[in-house]
Amino acid sequence: MPGVVRGTGLTMDIEIDLVVDGTTHSLSVDTRTTLLDALRERLQVISPKKGCDHGQCGTCTVLLDGRRHLTCLALAVAHDGAEVVTAAGLGSDGLHPVQRSFLTHDGYQCGYCTPGQVCSAVGMLDEVAQGHPSHVTEDLTAEVDLDDAEIRERMSGNLCRCGAYPGILAAVREAARG
Amino acid sequence: MRALDYRRPESAQEAVELVSSHPGARYLAGGSNLVDHLKLGVAAPDVLVDVSRLPLDDVEEVEGEDGAVLRIGANVRNSDLAAHPVVRSRFPVVARATLAGASGQIRNQATTAGNLLQRTRCVYFQDVTTACNKRKPGTGCSALGGYARYNAILGASAHCVTTHPSDLAVGLAAVDATVVVLGVEGERRIRLEDLHRLPGDRPEADTTLAASDLITAVELPMVDTDTRSTYAKVRDRASFAFALVSVAATLRMEGDRVGEVRIAWGGVAHKPWRARRAEAALTGGGIEEDAVRAAVDEELATATTDDGTAYKVAMVRNTTTMTLLRLAGEVRR
Repeated sequence: MPGVVRGTGLTMDIEIDLVVDGTTHSLSVDTRTTLLDALRERLQVISPKKGCDHGQCGTCTVLLDGRRHLTCLALAVAHDGAEVVTAAGLGSDGLHPVQRSFLTHDGYQCGYCTPGQVCSAVGMLDEVAQGHPSHVTEDLTAEVDLDDAEIRERMSGNLCRCGAYPGILAAVREAARG
Repeated sequence: MRALDYRRPESAQEAVELVSSHPGARYLAGGSNLVDHLKLGVAAPDVLVDVSRLPLDDVEEVEGEDGAVLRIGANVRNSDLAAHPVVRSRFPVVARATLAGASGQIRNQATTAGNLLQRTRCVYFQDVTTACNKRKPGTGCSALGGYARYNAILGASAHCVTTHPSDLAVGLAAVDATVVVLGVEGERRIRLEDLHRLPGDRPEADTTLAASDLITAVELPMVDTDTRSTYAKVRDRASFAFALVSVAATLRMEGDRVGEVRIAWGGVAHKPWRARRAEAALTGGGIEEDAVRAAVDEELATATTDDGTAYKVAMVRNTTTMTLLRLAGEVRR
């Protein structure tokens, strides 16, 4: 059994550690707390946003142990010891290249979905670098040619209600070229 | 959501013991479906038994009882399954089915076993204010005469007309996969085709598993290198949506004749639908448009439709025909 369980019958708390943007936090969370709520409500890490809270919009995306991951469908207790990198923690020295690219290409309007878009793009480019195919990849065994159709498919888990998709596409295209 | 106990067993055996001794316990793996159900009130367990850290995440070629198999650990994430070199080169239908499901983020989270055990996305099942025999046995089926676009056309019952949402399960049905299950009485193997069931008068049971049964792996019999396979999915938008209809197919030709063809359909039934009648009709003949259409129609002889689902008959026929013609074209190249 991990951590210490304290139950009252109505709630049950467990001690967990999370490394968020390089800082280690120890906290006690109710077992039902999502990772998103632990970050936002308990640790005041508000870069990941709550959109649909059902895994359909992608605005809560972070890098979890190095991969892009939703935080709304993850229970905090199940990720005890995890390393979380949010959009706010991406650039070690100023802005991350993907963030700079979003600025250059106006990859947003209201900005609410942007931290999730940016984390998703960073994770997605890493998947491409590892040779992961996608639904639109013609030859599953060949190297990925990250054309616009590939970018659209791979970013389909992130919605933008302002419809800034042309800017997002241009930003990811440029970031992919390095 | 009610108060939840959380356990993280050290072994699969311990996990099975925990769930079998707690009637209100559920396994938690990736959580992408179950955590949503906790929020919606569709699931209300009192104990979650977290199996996500059990070392069930290898993909390896091993010798099975009936020859070589590719064994996929239950915790292999959907993204890693689709990216595995052997899956991509030898089982394109499995890679493509996996990639057709969900989004990049969810494929990093969802596990192989969890994908198979995900529950229907029927709007009534997910809405606790409506009647649903699957969610609450005996309350009725709101989808009968309700929003029917995603309903089944094969094997439905008066109690439930929903479809199974997994793409991966359809791909696996077409490669004769086997599911390795650990239960209170030890390990056993179930054909993927026998894992999911038709609703009958017990739609609350999606599968033939007991609550404490834990899937530990999925095994794919290694295929001949001259077998081609693929997966086609039709949906309301280009990406990140559930299937209206999907087709998984494998094809091995002997000259101009079909040596072996395997066809599984998604979006048409409460389980992946293996179209064995169509397979039998095509085996030994050529892959021509008219022949495929006739074979599909033979399989669909027992289909029942209403205004909401009538479109699926033509969609299954056309998608199957397109898919097999494409595979036959690959063989010729």
